[in-house]
Amino acid sequence: MSQAPMPDAGLTVLDPTGERSVAMRERLPRLDTLSGRRVALLDITKARGDVFLDQLEQHLVRRGALVTRYAKPTFTKPAPVDLRQEIAMQCEVVIEALAD
Amino acid sequence: MPEVSPAQVGTGPIAAPQMPDDGIVVVVKRDCPTCLLVTPALEQLAGGTEPLDVVVQDDLEPFTHLAGARMDTDLDLSWILDIDTVPTIMRRSGGVEVDRAAGWSRTQWERLTGTADLAPGLPEQRPGCGSLTQDPAVRSGLRVRHEGWRLAARRIQISALDDEMESLFERGFTDGLPVVPPTPVRVLRMLEGTTRAPAEVVAVVPPDLVECTVEKVAINAVMAGCKPEYLPVVLAALEAACTDDFNIHGLLATTWFAGPLIVVNGPIARAIGMNSGVNALGQGNRANATIGRALQLVVRNVGGGRPGGVDRATLGNPGKYTFCFAEDEVGSPWTSLATERGMAEGASAVTLFAAEGVRGMADQTSRTPESLARSFAACLASVTHPRTVIAFDAMLVVCPEHGRVFAEAGWDKARLHAELAELLLLDTDPLLAGVGGLDMGLDPKWAGHKLPKFRDGGLLITYAGGKAGMFSAIIGSWASGPIGSQPVTVEVRS
Repeated sequence: MSQAPMPDAGLTVLDPTGERSVAMRERLPRLDTLSGRRVALLDITKARGDVFLDQLEQHLVRRGALVTRYAKPTFTKPAPVDLRQEIAMQCEVVIEALAD
Repeated sequence: MPEVSPAQVGTGPIAAPQMPDDGIVVVVKRDCPTCLLVTPALEQLAGGTEPLDVVVQDDLEPFTHLAGARMDTDLDLSWILDIDTVPTIMRRSGGVEVDRAAGWSRTQWERLTGTADLAPGLPEQRPGCGSLTQDPAVRSGLRVRHEGWRLAARRIQISALDDEMESLFERGFTDGLPVVPPTPVRVLRMLEGTTRAPAEVVAVVPPDLVECTVEKVAINAVMAGCKPEYLPVVLAALEAACTDDFNIHGLLATTWFAGPLIVVNGPIARAIGMNSGVNALGQGNRANATIGRALQLVVRNVGGGRPGGVDRATLGNPGKYTFCFAEDEVGSPWTSLATERGMAEGASAVTLFAAEGVRGMADQTSRTPESLARSFAACLASVTHPRTVIAFDAMLVVCPEHGRVFAEAGWDKARLHAELAELLLLDTDPLLAGVGGLDMGLDPKWAGHKLPKFRDGGLLITYAGGKAGMFSAIIGSWASGPIGSQPVTVEVRS
């Protein structure tokens, strides 16, 4: 009785991972100025994230940026696809207030 | 990067060696007294008008004088014909098998071959022997040879120069404890635990949102140490975990302690020998230990959720290695957790719960349900923080000696739920921020109110544990309801 052929006497195991291939995306060039640019401020709805973003908004507005505020429905889940699309369509820069 | 071996199996089933379209096929082996005994019958059939194939598994020598005798090289034909016993006699007609008998029985052989007075010198019947394909040492290799093509996962070749256990650690496949190497033969054996196809997608697993097949679950279940019969429970647990309601993505990412707890209900828990008694929440039972671990390995390996990556737990808890137990439905005076959550009586189900660690609740004094419920309430009020309300869920695991107090007083589970809800409707004034020099607390706007500790449906009650000890358990949770994680119950399918 001959066994299945083996390349060497080692062990064959099956890959337990998702076997993803990483997609490489080029970053957008950094903006020279925020003046006149549309900046998204995304609140993940953690406690006092709004306080932090209020401060940030004042600084940005002083530099001439146009600010739009967004919020995730809950901090425990990824932002819905629609919200991500909306931000991508409407804004050139996004700042996310992550965690407490 | 792991070395990838060349494909070791083909892309489809191995074709069956040639057989006559019409005629008789008999599979025999020399190492079987019954096969040798029936040689006169084979000789008689070989002299007849119908084509006869004698397929020999081990040694052709005693059968060489028969015209149709040949070796079953590599046992491929025996495997494809699914032979359990030798001798097995089959009739083929129009290219397909139409009849079969195992062992020697004159009546059956005569009927099947249409021959009268077959080998009159032989006894009426004799049982056969096991086919060589049933030999465990041979069967593993055959299974991979014939069914390995069903496995789509990439093959990783670990060199003979490397220690396979170390190699699996180095590749980052483990949770910090050794894993069982997921060889093709082990994974094929694991897949026998379910009727679902290896390629069927079970769930989309966060955080990488990867479509996870039954096969990938089986690979991780092998690594966790599961037996094939546990696989349906692991599959159901993964389905439940990856629902939007349970939200394992958020549970993984949170800085909080919690991880997935699996409570198993129904006949499958007993069938696979799960522990719901002494030390039910602890170590020592293979099913409890490995089912919870398999779920976490899938999240790690398939979903890509790893500590320090998307898992940002400040401290975590040891239950994140594995946390799974069965409810003691036989001993429980109450309806089971799964039934309470809408499953049919007698169905097997898993309930996923976002669980932090286990905290003990001692009351060796109370002998009335009213007093014991107050004890439970006092301890439950401290879940997360004594000053949080309607924030995190909790699970109460009632031990037998506490359960008895309620059962003897005629309290069903609904009554205990109602009494606890009443006791846990808290006066807000002692919970306000700043009271007693403690800054954390409710906004002063809530002064003079009564608020529930848990949201409606946010307290789960289960029953488990050894018969001695008036110690129940409280398992805290995480951000509850639609904003965080909600318990999810899913039926276990075969």
